[in-house]
Amino acid sequence: MNNITQRIDKQTALDLLKNADLLDLGAQADTIRKDLHPEGVVTFVVDRNINYTNVCINQCTFCAFYRSADSPDAYILSREEIFKKIDETIALGGTQILLQGGLHPDLDLEYYVDLLRSIKERYTINVHGFSPPEITYLAQKHHLTIREALTVLRQAGLDSIPGGGAEMLSDRVREVLSPKKIKSSQWLKVMEEAHKIGMRTTATMMFGSIEGPEDIIDHLDALRSLQDRTGGFTAFIPWSFQPGNTELLKQNSGAGSQKSGAQSKINTATAVDYLRVLALSRMYLDNIKNIQASWVTQGLKLAQVALRFGANDFGSTMIEENVVRAAGVSYTVSKEDIIQAIKGAGFKAAQRDTYYTILQNF
Amino acid sequence: MLQLLRDKILAGERLTRQDAIELFRSDDLFTMGRLAANIAEKYNGRNAYFIVNRHINPTNICINRCKFCAFSRSKGEEGAFELTIEDILAKLDAAFKSAHHITEVHIVGGLHPDWPFEHYLDMLRAIRAKYPTLAIKAFTAVEIDYMAKSSGLTVTDTLKALKNSGLELMPGGGAEIFAEEIRNKLCPEKISGRRWREIMEAAHSVGIKTNATMLYGHLESIEDRVDHLMLLREVQDRTGGFQAFIPLAYHPKNTEIGGWYSSGIDDLKTIAVSRLVLDNFAHIKAYWIMLGEKISQVALLFGADDIDGTIIEEKITHMAGAMTGEGMAKDELIGLIKKAGKIPVERDAFYQRIKVYE
Repeated sequence: MNNITQRIDKQTALDLLKNADLLDLGAQADTIRKDLHPEGVVTFVVDRNINYTNVCINQCTFCAFYRSADSPDAYILSREEIFKKIDETIALGGTQILLQGGLHPDLDLEYYVDLLRSIKERYTINVHGFSPPEITYLAQKHHLTIREALTVLRQAGLDSIPGGGAEMLSDRVREVLSPKKIKSSQWLKVMEEAHKIGMRTTATMMFGSIEGPEDIIDHLDALRSLQDRTGGFTAFIPWSFQPGNTELLKQNSGAGSQKSGAQSKINTATAVDYLRVLALSRMYLDNIKNIQASWVTQGLKLAQVALRFGANDFGSTMIEENVVRAAGVSYTVSKEDIIQAIKGAGFKAAQRDTYYTILQNF
Repeated sequence: MLQLLRDKILAGERLTRQDAIELFRSDDLFTMGRLAANIAEKYNGRNAYFIVNRHINPTNICINRCKFCAFSRSKGEEGAFELTIEDILAKLDAAFKSAHHITEVHIVGGLHPDWPFEHYLDMLRAIRAKYPTLAIKAFTAVEIDYMAKSSGLTVTDTLKALKNSGLELMPGGGAEIFAEEIRNKLCPEKISGRRWREIMEAAHSVGIKTNATMLYGHLESIEDRVDHLMLLREVQDRTGGFQAFIPLAYHPKNTEIGGWYSSGIDDLKTIAVSRLVLDNFAHIKAYWIMLGEKISQVALLFGADDIDGTIIEEKITHMAGAMTGEGMAKDELIGLIKKAGKIPVERDAFYQRIKVYE
């Protein structure tokens, strides 16, 4: 990845994000993407989100998925339900499960260790699980260091860690969106520890809420610095806040905002904003090889366009997705839809594993 | 790659059929987009237009039953509907009472086997009587042809009668793709491309402005698309009667030919090439119902200068799997345009400015 001769500094990046012509940004990001992935292949993974519980003590304002423990909709999936979902995933050619849930006050480390062991005893499948907030919560609950908690989980069968919970790595923004969630430095610390013990992770960014352009640049810069030290991120996944059914939307749609929609503090990302952030991410993150297009939040058509604005991966087929759906956005697609979408955008389609190794070309 | 074409475009020279084919074949999306945006700016500055309008489909009963259509039904078939004139007025009333103060009604429907020509005239007269200032944009060339046949009038006399009853503008639907071989596969019962163009010319000659469309992303080739654009350009050279060109992305759900959605990249490219080739069209519309609000917004940076309007109730594309809402609030349209870096201009049906939202 040495073909990018000069790194963009923060000031330049901020200027580009705020002022550059979108097509200029796109053209530059597209050139970088072509240099990094000259084969013209766009990859995807076949996996399923398994949200083992929706009970969460963090109760972030941008989230429509969580419930409190005494809510009538609160659930914890049984082993049988989880195994059934994994059976179905494997039957559909899946190679990975994304195991994520809320921070449930009654589930302790033993639950997680048993769950992971029982999955690994039965299946050959990559367990991509538990974002930094879940790992931190477990470590604190059991008075373990992050490294100790990670080591226990890894020995029980955890393979890699998804990049969720990063949201916006700016404590000012987090104070509004997710005051109870771990701070930016803790998110980065968990990832660094995971990388150090040899685990690979992804990194995400949720934008289009209340952040400013500076926050986006700070976020990208924090990821780039960490990646310089560890090289552990496989991919970066930017997506935009989906306001449906969230507390953040309710807080911002009071009487004052009705007359002119512009009064809301939420700066919802439109397609143009999404492409701008995506292209800039491709330019800034010169040490992260893969960038995913988020068809789940943007739809297939814009995700196709994203492949010319810096993205080289279509993410997951998402046999099941619950969190974005809870916010009122649901684009249901099949594996065939994904393959056709990639081909329709002018690329070769390939199924990959968690580590971006190609398994099958289409 | 597009260097030669670039020079030609910047010099303001007209593109040839071969140039247009080269553009469609090119992978240089960004150069194409920038050139098209450049031309769009020459024509319309940084303005992006929208309209507060309402769609009305009087019936989906249609004798044509085109294979790309998920909207039409035969008489008596489940899901078939026909609105009375009172139903239509009630829908318009509701639109006026809501926050939308509509300035245009867009009426298209199926070819109903039992409706006499007089029924259409009554419909127009009733709307005109109740809403004297509402612009009535109604009936595709396909419907006009059908009315001419059922009334025994010439096309010109049919159009004049409609105009006298209140019709002011015609939408551009029914053009589909002119290429005969493909057209025969898609819609064998529909009027030919030649007939569509004749009717449009007749409309222009009696003083009815129209739009023009092209349905793409189904079975057609790049050459078919280019030929379609060339034929529209020829008509426009003669009449100047087209207000806007609207490329329509094919929707595969619930249709007989099936297939896939066009790609977002193809959508943007088609907008850009249309802007570059149709040098005698003032406006290129990225119709959000068909492209989705996301691609329509991005299309404003690829040569489009209009994203249509509030619509309120859209049926035809939704029955074929549109992923958009059936209508959009005015604030939302304004927000999309602003965020694309353009100036939202609310227009009337004739592209006269009603309000600029700086």
